[in-house]
Amino acid sequence: MINYIIRRLAMVPFLLIGVTVLIFLMLMALTPVERTALYVRDVPRNERVLEGIIKKYGLDQPWYVQYWRWMFGSTVTTTENGVTTVEHVGGILRGDLGYSRTASQPVAELLARRFPASLELTLYSVVPVIAGGILLGVIGAVKHNKPTDHIVRIFGIVGWSFPDFVFGLLLLMAFYAGTGWFPPGRVSDWANKIIMSPEFNNYTNLITIDALLNLRIDIFLDALRHMVLPVITLAYLWWALTLRVTRSSMLETLRQDYITTARAKGLSERTVIRQHALPNALMPVVTLAGGTVVGLLSGVMIIETVYNYPGMGAAAVRAASQLDVITVLAFVLFNGLILVMANVVVDILYAYVDPRVRLD
Amino acid sequence: MTAQEMPMPTLAPRTRRPPNWLEAWLGHDVYRTVKGLVTNPMSVAGMILLGLFIFIAAAAPMLAPPLPNADPYNIPRDGYGDVPKSPGTEWKSRQPPLPFWWKAVTGKDQWVHLMGTASGQWDIYYGVIWGTRTALFAGLTITLCGVLIGVTIGTLSAFYGGWVDMVFMRITDLFMAFPFLLTAMTLSAVLTPRLGKGLLAPMIALIVFSWTGFARLLRSDILSLREREYVLAARVIGVKDTRIMFRHILPNAIFPTLVLASMRIGSYAITFAGLSFMGIGAEVGFADWGQLLSFARDWMTQLREYWYIVMYPGVTLVLFVLSWNLVGDALRDVLDPRMQGSR
Repeated sequence: MINYIIRRLAMVPFLLIGVTVLIFLMLMALTPVERTALYVRDVPRNERVLEGIIKKYGLDQPWYVQYWRWMFGSTVTTTENGVTTVEHVGGILRGDLGYSRTASQPVAELLARRFPASLELTLYSVVPVIAGGILLGVIGAVKHNKPTDHIVRIFGIVGWSFPDFVFGLLLLMAFYAGTGWFPPGRVSDWANKIIMSPEFNNYTNLITIDALLNLRIDIFLDALRHMVLPVITLAYLWWALTLRVTRSSMLETLRQDYITTARAKGLSERTVIRQHALPNALMPVVTLAGGTVVGLLSGVMIIETVYNYPGMGAAAVRAASQLDVITVLAFVLFNGLILVMANVVVDILYAYVDPRVRLD
Repeated sequence: MTAQEMPMPTLAPRTRRPPNWLEAWLGHDVYRTVKGLVTNPMSVAGMILLGLFIFIAAAAPMLAPPLPNADPYNIPRDGYGDVPKSPGTEWKSRQPPLPFWWKAVTGKDQWVHLMGTASGQWDIYYGVIWGTRTALFAGLTITLCGVLIGVTIGTLSAFYGGWVDMVFMRITDLFMAFPFLLTAMTLSAVLTPRLGKGLLAPMIALIVFSWTGFARLLRSDILSLREREYVLAARVIGVKDTRIMFRHILPNAIFPTLVLASMRIGSYAITFAGLSFMGIGAEVGFADWGQLLSFARDWMTQLREYWYIVMYPGVTLVLFVLSWNLVGDALRDVLDPRMQGSR
C-alpha cells in the first residue's frame, strides 16, 4: 500500500512536467510578436517597442531555453549609475508565477483571490450533487421498471443533456430577469464594499465562512443568495451521472444471493436496502465522487462565465481567449496538479473502502 | 460438492421458435440489439428526434432559403439595429427568398422572423435551421476522429503490450491530466490565427483531447477478451496473431467503445457550442447554436422580454443532445450483459 502511494506520487512531477511542456510547445506555436501583442496596446504598434520586449524577455530563443527560464527564472544584470546589481527574477519553482496581463495583477494573487471563490461554489455543490444523485439512484433501483423509475431516469437524462450555459441562461431568465430573486455575481455591491473595507477580516476568502466569522449574517445570506442558481445548475447537470451509477450498482447488488438471504430471514425491506444493499452498492460511487469534485472544480469555467461569478474559471476564460501566455501556463499547471492529486487520492480511497481491490 | 459434480442443468429442448428472416439475415446479436432499440420507448423517442434533426439538416435550403449568391452558413440579417425583434416581425430589408410552403400555409407574400432576431438583427430561425448542420457535422466529426485515434492507440497498446503499452498508456495519462476545457480553449485560440476563424480550430482542439477515454476502454476490453477460451482455441489451431486481433478480438471488444462514442456525440456538441458561446470558433453571424445563444449575454437583465434569444436555440440544442443520449443510453442497456434479463 505504502509502496503504491509512493509510486503514484513519484509519477506526479513527471506528469506535470509533461503537461507543462506540451502546453508550452502549444503556446510556442505563436510567433514572438503574437505573444507580445497583449503587452503593446497602442495602435499603430510601435515595432521598436515590440522588438525591445522580445529581446528583453528572450521570446525569440528556442522553446527549451524559455521553458527552463519559466521553471527556474533567470539572472538579470542591470547597471545603473555605475552600480551593477545582479538579480534573480521569475521561475515558478522559486514561487514566481509571473504577472497576469488580463487580470492586471500577479498570477499568484489572482489564484489566491479566485481559487477560494471557485472552491466555495464547488463545496456548496458537492453535497447536493452526490446526496441527491444517490437518493434518486436508490429510488430508481428500488422501484425498478415502475413509473417512478422511468420518471427518475428521464429526469436524469434530460439534465445530462442540458448544456450548462443553456440551463444557466434559462434560470437567469426566470429568477433574475423575471423576479430579481437571485442575481448573478458573487455578492451584492453593498456587501462587496464591506468586504473590501479594513474592518472586515478575510480569514479564508470563502465569503460565507468569513461573513459568519465576522458576525455579518446579512453578508452570509447575500453570498448564499448569489450561489443558489449556480448550485442548482451544477446539481441538476451532475445528478444524472451519480444517479446512473448508483442505480445500476444498486440493481446489481439487489440481485445478489445475500440479499435474498436477508429477505428470507424476514428482515424488513427497509433494513435490507439500508443496511445490507446500500453500503455495498455505494462502492463505485466513491470513485465517482472524487471525479465529481474535480470535475466540478475544473468544469466551472462556463458556469462562472454565465453567472458572472468571479472565480478561477472566469479568469481562465479571459486568459485563454486573449492568449495571455503567462496566466494560461500557471492555470494549466495549477489545475493539472489538482486533477492528478485528486486521482491519486481517489484510487487510494477506493482501495480502503473496497477490500477486494488490491493495489500493486 | 465441487463444480464438476454439479449436475449439468439439462438444456430444455429448444422451444424457441426458429429465427425469423430478419434475425437470420442480421445475425442473433445484431437482431437482439435492434429489437432492444425499437422496443424501448425512450430510444424510439430518441431516434424520432434524431431523424427529425437529420431531416432539418438535409432540408435546410427548403426550410430557410439562403440569400442568392451568399454563403448559406452566414445568417442573413435584417438591418443593423441593436434591439432584438420579437417573433413574427416582418422582414424589412434584404429579405431572403420565401420558402415554397410559406405561401401555401399562410397565404402571404411577406417573410417574417419566425423566431425573432437577436441583437444585430440576425434571424434566429435561420440560425437554428442551418445550425443543425453545424451541430451534426461538428459532433460527428469530433467523435469519429476521437474514436479512430482512440481505437488505434488502444489496439496497438493491447496488441503489442510491453513497452509499447507502457508508452501509450503514459501518454494517455498525460492527456488526461490536462484541464480539458481550459486547454481546448487555449489550443483553439492558438490555432485560430493559423486556420482562420471557423469551425476547424475548435474542432481540432476538441479532437486532440477526446480520444483518451476510447483508448483506455478499448485497451481494457481487449486485454480481458484476450484471455478467453475461444481466443486460445484460435491460437491453438495456429491462426496468425494479426488475424486473431482483427477478426476474433476487435469485433467483440469494440461494442462498449461504440456505445461510449454514441453517448459522447451529444457531449461534444455541448462543448463545441460552449466554446462558441464564449466567443471561440466561427465568425459572428455563422449559423451555430452556441453563437446564437451568446447574443443573450448582451441582454441579461431583459431576458424576460427577449426570451426568444435563449429559448429557441437553447431548446433545440437540448433536444439535439437528448436525442443522442436517449439512443446511447438504450444501446448501453441492450449491450451491457449485466443488464440482460432485467428488463
